[in-house]
Amino acid sequence: MGKAAKRKRKVSVPSTAKGPVKSAMAVVKSNPFEVKVNRQKFDILGRKTKNDVGLPGVSRSKAIKKRNQTLLKEYKEREKTNVFKDKRFGEYNTKITPEEKMIRRFALERQQNYGKKNIYNLNEDEELTHYGQSLAEIEKLNDIVDSDSDTEERGTLSAELTAAHFGGGGGLLRKKVSNEQQDEAEEKPKSRKELLEEMIAKSKQEKQERQTRRESALELTEKLDKDWKEIQTLIAHKTPKSERKDKETEKPKPDEYDMIVRELGFEMKAKPSERLKTEEELAKEEQARLQKLEADRLRRMRGIDEEANKKRPSHMSADDLADGFILDKDDRRLLSYKDGKINIENEEEKEEDEGEEEEEEEGEEEDNENEEESQEESASENEEDDAADSHSDLESDLESEEEAAGNKEEKKHKANENESQNVEKSDLKREAAKSELPYTFSVPESYETLKSLLAGRTIEEQLIILERIQKCNHPSLAVGNKAKLEKLFGFLLEYVGELATLDLPELRTIDKLVLPLYNLCQMFPEAASDSIKFILRDAAHDLEEVIEVKGRATYPGLDTLIYLKIVSLLFPTSDFWHPVVTPAFMYMSQLLTKCRVTTLQDVIKGLFICCLFLEYVSLSRRFVPELINFLLGVLHISLPKKKAQGYTVVHPFTPVGKNLELLLVCDKEDLKSWEKQNVPLSIVTRLKETSRTEINHTRLSCLALCFDLIKKCAALYESLPSFHEIMHPVRILLTQHLPVNEYPEKLQEWYHSALKELENRVKHYTPLICEKKKPVPLKQYTPKIVKVLEFGRKQAGSKKEQERKQLIQRHKRELKGAIREIRKDNQYLARMQLSEIMERDSARKRKVKELLGSLATQEGEWKAMKRNKWKN
Amino acid sequence: MRHRYRDCVGCLGELMGHEAFQVKELALCTLMKFVELEAQYPLIKIEWKGTLTFPCDLLKVVVDGLLPTHEDASLLISRFQEYMEYDDVRYFVMKAVTASVGQVMQKTKERPLPFYQQNVFSLISPINMPNKESEMVKFMVKQDNREELKLSRLQAHKQVFEKMWLTFLKHKLPTGLYKKVLVILHDSVLPYMNEPTLMMDFLTVAYGIGGAISLLALNGLFILIHQHNLEYPDFYKKLYSLLDPSIYHVKYRARFFHLTDLFLSSSHLPAYLVAAFIKRLSRLALTAPPEALLMIIPFICNLFRRHPACRVLVHRPGGPADMSEDPYVMEEEEPSKSRALESSLWEIQSLQNHYHPDVAKAAAVLNQSLSEMEDDISGLLELSASELFDKEVKKKAVDVPLEFEQVRGLFGKKNDIFAEHFSLD
Repeated sequence: MGKAAKRKRKVSVPSTAKGPVKSAMAVVKSNPFEVKVNRQKFDILGRKTKNDVGLPGVSRSKAIKKRNQTLLKEYKEREKTNVFKDKRFGEYNTKITPEEKMIRRFALERQQNYGKKNIYNLNEDEELTHYGQSLAEIEKLNDIVDSDSDTEERGTLSAELTAAHFGGGGGLLRKKVSNEQQDEAEEKPKSRKELLEEMIAKSKQEKQERQTRRESALELTEKLDKDWKEIQTLIAHKTPKSERKDKETEKPKPDEYDMIVRELGFEMKAKPSERLKTEEELAKEEQARLQKLEADRLRRMRGIDEEANKKRPSHMSADDLADGFILDKDDRRLLSYKDGKINIENEEEKEEDEGEEEEEEEGEEEDNENEEESQEESASENEEDDAADSHSDLESDLESEEEAAGNKEEKKHKANENESQNVEKSDLKREAAKSELPYTFSVPESYETLKSLLAGRTIEEQLIILERIQKCNHPSLAVGNKAKLEKLFGFLLEYVGELATLDLPELRTIDKLVLPLYNLCQMFPEAASDSIKFILRDAAHDLEEVIEVKGRATYPGLDTLIYLKIVSLLFPTSDFWHPVVTPAFMYMSQLLTKCRVTTLQDVIKGLFICCLFLEYVSLSRRFVPELINFLLGVLHISLPKKKAQGYTVVHPFTPVGKNLELLLVCDKEDLKSWEKQNVPLSIVTRLKETSRTEINHTRLSCLALCFDLIKKCAALYESLPSFHEIMHPVRILLTQHLPVNEYPEKLQEWYHSALKELENRVKHYTPLICEKKKPVPLKQYTPKIVKVLEFGRKQAGSKKEQERKQLIQRHKRELKGAIREIRKDNQYLARMQLSEIMERDSARKRKVKELLGSLATQEGEWKAMKRNKWKN
Repeated sequence: MRHRYRDCVGCLGELMGHEAFQVKELALCTLMKFVELEAQYPLIKIEWKGTLTFPCDLLKVVVDGLLPTHEDASLLISRFQEYMEYDDVRYFVMKAVTASVGQVMQKTKERPLPFYQQNVFSLISPINMPNKESEMVKFMVKQDNREELKLSRLQAHKQVFEKMWLTFLKHKLPTGLYKKVLVILHDSVLPYMNEPTLMMDFLTVAYGIGGAISLLALNGLFILIHQHNLEYPDFYKKLYSLLDPSIYHVKYRARFFHLTDLFLSSSHLPAYLVAAFIKRLSRLALTAPPEALLMIIPFICNLFRRHPACRVLVHRPGGPADMSEDPYVMEEEEPSKSRALESSLWEIQSLQNHYHPDVAKAAAVLNQSLSEMEDDISGLLELSASELFDKEVKKKAVDVPLEFEQVRGLFGKKNDIFAEHFSLD
C-alpha cells in the first residue's frame, strides 16, 4: 500500500506542476485500468527500477501516432518522386509565437546577407548606423560642424553638435521644435524618413553656402597676403605678429572635450608585435629566397639583361600624343609583316615570352644550356623589341612587302651589331652565372639523377646542392616532400658507396657527405634506418651466397666498410639493442669469422673492422670475442712459420697453411727505415704496384695498429672477470713468440705499451654467488575482500574489459530494440494495407449494390410498364 | 663370332676411358646391355642347374672402366647408379669393386690414389642396401632357381658389402675423403654390416687423429658403444681432449654437440667430469661466435640441471673471498685433475657483457637459480650466423634512436681510432 501511495504522489506532483497538456496524461496515469504494474519478486535495497510501472495503452497510441506521422506518410508517398518542401522558417512550428518567428526570420535574413559577396570589394562592409544615420556620415558632419564653429556663438553648444555628440536623443524633438511652424503650417506630422531627408538637404545647403563663403574668404585673404607681402618688404616684421594675434583671438578655443576625444581617437592603439616565425615559415622564406636567387641566376645565365626587361613596357602606342616625342633610332625601324597581320604577331610573341618565363621557372636542370641558345634568345629578344617599337607607326606602314623584307634584313644586320656588343658584355655575366649553382633543386627521383646532379662538382658545391635540396623541399612545405627526402637518403648512401668503389676512392668527398647524411638521418630516422638495414641485408646475403658457393668468403669492398663506419656516426652504438647497430654487429662478426685472410689488403680490411668493433663498443665496453681472435690471428701471421706453442689460433686463421707469414718482415733495411704512418684507405681497393719496401712498411704499420688495438682492448676489457683468460693467448704470443728485438724502435714502443697494459692488471677472482631467490609467500586462507562500488554492476575485469562488456550489452539491447521496431513497423504497414484493401472492397461492394439496386428498380419499372401494357 | 664379340667388348672397355662423356655413356650402356643379354643367353652351356649364369668377367670390365685411376668419373658413376637398383648387379659390382681395390692398392703399394679412391667412394657410397630379404625382388636376370642361390640371400649381400667397405677403408684415405666416409658411416654403412664391430679399428684410428675427423668418428663410435656394447677405455678423457677452440667454428658443430649432449646426459657421470666439461666449454666459449654462444649457454644450463653437484660452479656461498688465480687448469688432459670443481664460471659472467643482446641475456640466466625444466637445444644446434642476422634485421623497431653528437666527417669523432691509424687517401 505504502508503495502505491508513494507512486500516486509521484504522479500527482507533475500533474499539478505542469500545464493542462500534461494533466490528461496524469489522468490516464492515475487510471488504474491503464496502468500495468510489473511486480518485483524481491525488493533490493539501493536498486533503482525503471520499469516497475508501465502505461501500455498510452505508449501504444503514441507509437501509432508517430507512425502515422512518419511511416504512413512515407507509405503514401512511396511512388511519388516530386516533393514539396517548405523552406520557410518555423512555418509549422506551433511552439514559436508569431513575433518570435518574425524575429528569427529577420535574423536569418541578416545572416544571409552578412559577409562580403566579393572579397575585393572593400566598401561593401556593413554600414554602421547610429540613430538611422551612417556613422561615417556623422563623422563628416562633425568635421564640418567643428570647422565652422567660428560662425556660431562661442561657448554654447550648437544643436547639431550636441546631436552628434550625445546621440541626438532629443535631436528629433529639437528638429521638430525648430520646424514647428512649418509643421503647423502643413498640419501633418512628417514621417521619420521625410524628416531625415529634410535635415540632409538642409545641411547640404548649409555646407554649400559655407563653402562658397570660405572660398571667397580665402580669396580675400590671399589677395590680402599678396598685398601684404608687397608691403612687407617695405616695413619691418612687427606687424604680422599683431595680425596673427588678431587671428588667434578670432579663432575659437577648441573644445576641451573635443580635444580629448580626438586625442583618444588618434592615439596609437596597442598593436600586436610581430610574432616569432615558426620553422615552417622560416623554411618557406628560405625557399623563397633561394628561388628568387635561382631565378636571378637563371636570368643572368641566359644573358637577359635587366635593361631589356625594363625597355619592354616603355613602348608607345600608335595613338600616343605625348608631347615629348623623341625620335630615336629604333623608331625608324619598320614593322615586319607576318601573314599580313600585325597585331597578332605581337601577342603571339608575348605569349611566347610568357612561355619562356615559365620555362625559366621550371627549367632548373637546364643549367647546361649552351651559348648558342642564349644567343638565339637574345636575337629573338631583339626582334621582339623591334616588333614592339614598330607599333608606334602602325598607321603609317603601307609599304610593300618586299620593302618590308629588305628592311627586315637591314634591321637584322643592325640587330646583330647591337647584339655583338651586348653579347660581349653579357658573356662574362653568363659565365659567372653558369659556374654559379642553381638555387632551387627538386629532389632527385632516381639515383641516376642525383648522380648527374653531383657529378663533376667540387665537394663544397655538392654539399651546397644537397643543402639546398633539403631546404627547398622541407617536409613542411609540401606533402610529398617527406617521401622524396627519405628516398634521397638512400640515393645518397648509394652515391657514397659508389664513390668508395671507384678506383681512386673519393674519400674526402665521402668525409664531407657524411654531414648531409647525418642531417637527413636526424629528420627521418625510420627511413634512414630502413635503407641502411637494406644495404646491410644485401651485403650479408651476398656474403652468405659466396660462402655457400665457394665454401669461404672474401672481404667486402671498401664501400661496405664505409657504410659500417657511417652507421657508427649516425646511430648510437652503445645501445643494448638497436635496429641498425645490432645487425651491423652481426655482420661484422661474420666478416671477422668467415672471411679468409689471404692478402695484405684483407689484413687491412680486417683491422679496419676491428677498429669499427672497438669504436662500437668503446662506450658500452661490451665483449667481442671475434675481435680478440682476429688480433691474435694477425699476430700469428706476422711470425715465421713454426709450430705454434701455447696458444691456438681460431678460425679463419689456421695454425698451418699457405697464408702464413703475411705480415712477416725479414728485410733489415726495411725494418730500419720504417716510420709510423697512417694507412691510406685507398690501398684497400687499389692494388698499388708498390715496391717491396713500401709493402713491408705497410705490414709494419699494420702490426703497430694491431698492438695499439690490443692495448685498447686491454683497457676496455679490464673489468671483465675472465680478462686474463681472454687475453691469455695474446699475451703468450706477445711475450714468447714475437721477435721484438728485430722490430724498429717505434714499433717496440707500441709493443711495450700494449704489453704493459696487458700485464698491469691484477688477477682477481671472487667466487660466483647466485642471486637469492625470492621466498615464495605462504598461502593464506583469509577471504579476499573486494570493495563493492556500485550494486548491480559487474565488478570483475579491468576497466577496459568492463567497457567492452558494457558496449557489447548496449549493442545487444539496441539490436533487440531495432528488431522490435522493425517488426512493429511491418505490422503497422500490414494493418494499413489491410484496411486499404477492406476499404476498397467495401466501396466496390457498395457500388455493386447500387448498380444492382438501380438495375432492379429499372427492371421493376420495366416489368410494371409491361404489366400495365398487358393490362391495357 | 665369339672372337669378334671379345674384341668388341675390349674396344668398348677402352672406350669407357674416352674423353667425351657421350661416348663413355654410350659404351657403358652398351656393355650393360651385353651383360644383360649374356646373362640370359650364356656363352658357355650351363653344366648343371643352379649354377649362376651371370657374366662376372664382363662386369669386371665395366667396373674397371668406371674406376679410372687418374680422373674423376663421378658423372659416369652417377649414370651407372640406375643399374645398381638391380640386386644381382649390385651384388656382383660389390664383388668386383672389392677385387679391384685389392688389386689396385697392391699394385700401387699403399701410395694414395686420390682419384681412384674418390671414384670408388662415389661408386659405393650411394649403394642402397635392402633392409629385408623380401625386398630383394628386382633382378636384372630372371632365374628360376633363384631361391637356392647365394645371390638371393640378404646375408650374402651383407657379407659382400662388409668386405668391400673393409677393403676400401683398410688403406689410407685423403683427409677430405676421410671426412666424407665418416659422415655417411653411421647412416649407410654400419647398419648393413654383419659385424659392425669390425669397424672399430677404423673408427678408433679416426678418433685418434684429432680435429674434425675425431668429431666425426664420434658418431660411429657412439653407435658401436650404444648398440654393440663396445668398451672404449678413456672415452670421456678423449672427448674432453677433443674440446678445442675450433669446435665452435667447424661445420659439424651441430652434430658434435648433439652427441656430446647425449654422452653427457647420463646422470651417473661423476661431478668432477661434468664440471671439467662445463669449465672447458665455457672457457672455449670466450672465442666463440654468437651463434655458437647462443647454443652453448643453454647447453651448460642443461648440464647444471642434470648434475646439481656442479652448481658450485655458479654458486659458492662459503668460498674464499678472493682468489688470485683460477684454480681450473686448462692444459690438464685428465678431467679429474683439472680442479674444475674448485673454480667458478667467470667466463659466463664475462659473456654477460657480450655485444649480442641475446647472448648477454642468455648468460644472465646463470645469475638466477635455474628452473627445473631443461632447455630444448635441438633448435639451437643448427643456428647459423646468417639466420641470426636475418632475425635481427627483421625485428621491427618502434623508434630509432639517433646519435646526438653532430658529425664532423668520417673520422671526426672524439678520440677516433681511425684517425690515428688510417688516412683518407
